[in-house]
Amino acid sequence: MSLDGLTRRRALGLGLGALVLTGCGGGGGPRQAAQQQTGAQATAAPTSYTGPAVSLAFWNGFTGGDGPFMKRLVEQFNGEHPNIKVAMNVYQWSDYYTKVPAAVTAGQGPDIGIMHVDSVATNAARQVVLPLDDVAKALSLTEADFSPPVWQAGVYKGARYSIPLDVHPLGMFYNKTVMEKAGLDPDNPPKNGEEYLAALEKLKKAGIQGHWATPFPFTGSMQFGTLLHQNGGRLFADDASVSRFAEEPGVQALTWLVDLINKGYSPKNVGQDADFIALQNGKAAFNWNGIWSINTLREVKGLEWGVAPLPQIGTQPSAWAGSHQFVVFRQRKPDQNKLAAAKVFINWISGHSIEWAKAGQVPARRAIRESAEFKALKEQAAIGSQIDYLYFLPSVAGIGDASAVVDQAVNAAVLLKKSPKDALTEAAAKADKILEQNRKKYGA
Amino acid sequence: MATLTVTTARKAGSGALTWSGRATPYLFMAPYLVLFGVFVLAPAVFGIWVSLHDWDYMLEGKPFVGLENYSALFDPASAVYDDFWMSMRATGIFTLFSVPFLVVLPLGVALLLNRRFRGRTFFRGLFFAPYVLGVAVVCLMWRLLLDPNLGLVDWLLGTDIAWTTSLPWAWVALVGVTVWWTLGFNGVIYLAGMQDIPRELYDAAKVDGAGRWAEFRHVTLPGLRPVALFVVTTTILASANMFGQSYLLTKGAPGGETRTAIVYMLDMGLNQYKMGSASAMSYVLTLALIVISLLNFRLFRGRS
Repeated sequence: MSLDGLTRRRALGLGLGALVLTGCGGGGGPRQAAQQQTGAQATAAPTSYTGPAVSLAFWNGFTGGDGPFMKRLVEQFNGEHPNIKVAMNVYQWSDYYTKVPAAVTAGQGPDIGIMHVDSVATNAARQVVLPLDDVAKALSLTEADFSPPVWQAGVYKGARYSIPLDVHPLGMFYNKTVMEKAGLDPDNPPKNGEEYLAALEKLKKAGIQGHWATPFPFTGSMQFGTLLHQNGGRLFADDASVSRFAEEPGVQALTWLVDLINKGYSPKNVGQDADFIALQNGKAAFNWNGIWSINTLREVKGLEWGVAPLPQIGTQPSAWAGSHQFVVFRQRKPDQNKLAAAKVFINWISGHSIEWAKAGQVPARRAIRESAEFKALKEQAAIGSQIDYLYFLPSVAGIGDASAVVDQAVNAAVLLKKSPKDALTEAAAKADKILEQNRKKYGA
Repeated sequence: MATLTVTTARKAGSGALTWSGRATPYLFMAPYLVLFGVFVLAPAVFGIWVSLHDWDYMLEGKPFVGLENYSALFDPASAVYDDFWMSMRATGIFTLFSVPFLVVLPLGVALLLNRRFRGRTFFRGLFFAPYVLGVAVVCLMWRLLLDPNLGLVDWLLGTDIAWTTSLPWAWVALVGVTVWWTLGFNGVIYLAGMQDIPRELYDAAKVDGAGRWAEFRHVTLPGLRPVALFVVTTTILASANMFGQSYLLTKGAPGGETRTAIVYMLDMGLNQYKMGSASAMSYVLTLALIVISLLNFRLFRGRS
């Protein structure tokens, strides 16, 4: 299935699958406080629903440790809104993305759901989801309430189709014990390319391969994309008319990754997830991984770890990120009451997303992200500080099909089967054909 | 006169019986035929229709493109050509290397397990046990065991082999894991077949002075022919439809070389919503499999 990119990203959406976490932040006390605080901050756009009782079907793919957090939020919402009953259904993300369009076609679709930002445009083009400009307007949500890249990511062909819930960027996780062993300061992880390579060199001298370069989309492709953007490049032209990842910044980015292996900072042939396991086992010092790793690492006994923003290797800061966004599904018979209730629900959850942050996310809502309470979530806040320079794929239908090709190129290059330049050039030719096909299919 | 009446009566009776007798098998088959028709035959025919269009079930326009989806598969300049044939080659390689093992090894295992010895039931269970595991369990387990840098297998062997990310080792891993996983199933089929071979044939062979090898060659093997045909055919088809191992164990690495045709079709059809193209691919694969199956049948028939 877009073999690499999509499914795994979806399947693992946020928890390394089922391996992950459950607990953390289950206590009632702090939660009450959270509610009062954020309630005050995030009700800038109060809406309430006074119509007849409705029930809303809410589907998502939060099967990992994030599921219980969302469930609790939904229960709390139901408790506070006697005339709205939200019923939540959870599927594996990969199932979800095939089930939802089919259900919508059959007229059995849910009312509201969550989608990853890179799927929104495709589903908008396929008329699975409804434009939400009026919802945003009714809630008086604007770009200023979020951050430009997150807010813009939900716009397809001039119309808004989704309301951001969170962002989940990459961060740099580090093993403090390993750093100490190599004589590095565990409280001061490297911040730029020079420092990073110096640290890797020191680790190498101590017999440790510091950064395992993984050939798999999780998170090799994301690291590649990050480095590419840091070098001033783009994966695709903004209108996705052509691919751009094979240009100079891309070649530099992939070469940098491959050089980690050539210089002995990374083993060859790193297996799936082995980079993340190596960090936990003390075999690697650094791992660029998603914010969803926080709760996983917390559960590892005796592991001394920290997380920081990604080092700036290129000329500008950048970091890969995904984003969960609220969508409203097309119905055979639109029901204004349901739509009104859905607005209330979206706004309420968004306003209470500090609870959601504890599941290992950065709330998209600025007011919450800037609250003292979010800053107190040390790890989330460290990764969240990258919010203004996150990158997303262009909001173009079928973009995932083309970006899956990048996964293959990264795979072949990092496994030393092809030179970075060749791998990217071949992939670019293929991606351009796919982009062209998609333009024909979805209309330019 | 009396005899005549009896005959007529019998005739009439048998006539009535004949009618219901004729209908009976069809009635028994009806539930299956309905399911087969609705879930296999109709979709298969519908798939041909789909393959002639640029098909996305959500989009308004499903433009008719004729044989374009097929011709793209044979046009080196198309977006699908490289990936499709790489995936077909992956399927072919896997089938070529897994089928002989899956046909021969279980036969050996079945021969051993067919003899009388202490703990026979235990061993029968042991060989069959992996088969009951789900593909996800099998692949996740082996992915960790075979991990190139952290895995137990390399550690035990004292080697440094990239079992899941380099060629040809990824093929060794895929075939090895599949054989370990499904060997028991074919073994059980062979075992059942062996137990159907009449004892007397063995006794007769013994009387003729046949040794163990002659017994195997002249009694067991011919007796297993229909079973072997079944095993070979189903194993080829199962191997050609391999999905989970490639999807979970190697993720197609390196660079898509171990991505099988089914994985690629699923990606095209259900992730990229290019159902027309995916259908066309599936018909090309189907055609190839039909040809192979026919050859296979002919091969077995020719020998008997």
